[in-house]
Amino acid sequence: MKEIRIHGRGGQGSVTAAELLAVAAFEDGKYSQAFPAFGVERRGAPVTAFVRLDDKPIRLRSQIYEPDYVIVQDATLVDVVDVARGTKPDGFILINTEKSPEHFKMETKASIKTLDATKLAMDFIGKPIVNTTLIGAFAGVSGLIKPESIKNAVMERFPGKVGEKNAAAIQAAYDMMEAHR
Amino acid sequence: MKKRMVVVEGSYAVAHAVKVCKPHVISAYPITPQTHIVEDLAQFAADGEMNCEYMNVESEFSAISALIGASAAGARTYSSTTSQGLALMHEALFNASGMRLPIVMTVVNRALSAPINIWNDQQDSISQRDTGWIQLYAEDVQESADMTPQLYKIAEDEDILLPAMACMDGYILSHVYEPVILLEQSLTDEFLPDYSPEFVLDPKNPMSFGAFADPSTYTEFRYKQEKAMGVALKRIEEVAWEFSEKYGRYYGGLIDGYMLDDAEIVIMAMGSVIGTIKDTIDMLRKEGESVGLLKVRSFRPFPADEIRKALKNAKVVITLDKNISVGKNEGALCTEVKACMYNRDVRVPVIGFMLGHGGRDIPVSTIVKMINKAKLVEKGIFIESEFADLREDLA
Repeated sequence: MKEIRIHGRGGQGSVTAAELLAVAAFEDGKYSQAFPAFGVERRGAPVTAFVRLDDKPIRLRSQIYEPDYVIVQDATLVDVVDVARGTKPDGFILINTEKSPEHFKMETKASIKTLDATKLAMDFIGKPIVNTTLIGAFAGVSGLIKPESIKNAVMERFPGKVGEKNAAAIQAAYDMMEAHR
Repeated sequence: MKKRMVVVEGSYAVAHAVKVCKPHVISAYPITPQTHIVEDLAQFAADGEMNCEYMNVESEFSAISALIGASAAGARTYSSTTSQGLALMHEALFNASGMRLPIVMTVVNRALSAPINIWNDQQDSISQRDTGWIQLYAEDVQESADMTPQLYKIAEDEDILLPAMACMDGYILSHVYEPVILLEQSLTDEFLPDYSPEFVLDPKNPMSFGAFADPSTYTEFRYKQEKAMGVALKRIEEVAWEFSEKYGRYYGGLIDGYMLDDAEIVIMAMGSVIGTIKDTIDMLRKEGESVGLLKVRSFRPFPADEIRKALKNAKVVITLDKNISVGKNEGALCTEVKACMYNRDVRVPVIGFMLGHGGRDIPVSTIVKMINKAKLVEKGIFIESEFADLREDLA
């Protein structure tokens, strides 16, 4: 089983990102489960969402304490939330930032991957909504999910032009991060 | 089976299951916290996908009252509620069962205030234990959805005619996205016959429902409700198998076991924690531990005979309760499991653990901790009951 924790701020679509990952992974033939860290959601407040992926049906329903992968939608969260908590040596923390991985000093044996998802989102979608771009990047770094499956999941959720723009951002992020696998 | 699955939110899967059961009247109060169940149903109705009367009412008390009227008029009826909303229905729940109206309602289990808390536990439905409603508890999203046609079939049985709650854990099941098979309309049409009650409110043939009963007859009304629950004990099991034959899925009828037959330590629980317990058991079995699970699916009617039979080889039983009867220092499952053994040959020690209140997470480590405490029984150290996940720094 692979476990993913997504950190974001209310309004950034962290829960949607988790749902889309679950849909995409299932299309790829995996069993999946996505759920939010249930809270009183407010715009701007730290939000956490979880995803589990496995080859067999998933029964476990606790929160995720030792994630294989962490996705951070907003680099300012690193100062507020312990995004490295429970991470594993062979895992990674993917952070949306223009800065390089060396900039982040946190207690973790997981590797740190960075990507300026905000810039990509602005270029392709025209809005600083980074959740879809980041799950494209996640697919690139992890190699767990095909980019086509992510794009299909996103275009099904957001039909038409919006979906197509998001799909372009996903492919760009995937291509950019595949080398960092 | 996997080919027919889609990844959807738990609430959507349940709303879809309700849709294919073709209720005539749905009544709901869309307060926060509600769930997406009634929201999705409102959408289906507005889009013309359902031929039903969707009533947006001003409170949960009105929601259940409207269904009582509609059900008495012969309609198949549905609502969904949670937490304080269910508590507000309390008085009318007795009317529904006393008038023998087979209303089906999904209860999305959430904690009760105060303090204000919107998260999961099962205090809300457990507190309605004695209202005369059938109560089944679901383990995952698929079971939450599949319970809907099962409960209509059970509730509407002419020898039962009792209202029924399908209980699913709030957030943990209502807000999770996971693969499910959405119930097929054609199969459901075959599985669930039309509701055509013998007695209905009809101006052409006037009759009274829930009318006055003085001491000379009131007792017999209660007795007949109890008899109907006895019939439900049989039907719940039968309908689970009928469902299995039609749809290919079975979750147990009244109870279900997992690694149970040879288990010395048996964990008993209801709801979504079952999955986490199964994973814990797999882990501990590999380490040679003799641990098993007895899932309680039906809490009302309470399957006392089946539970005693299932526990006959157990050395010690652990009950998990996401509720508490304050003043008894026990959850309801613990109390009932103990009580069902008292006058019988099967007398296994029962340790009552209360946990998961107000949404406190239940990780594998908490379950292991309880099992370790159960192992102390053979050394003569016995805990009657306790909170399993208390924060010592706040206690």
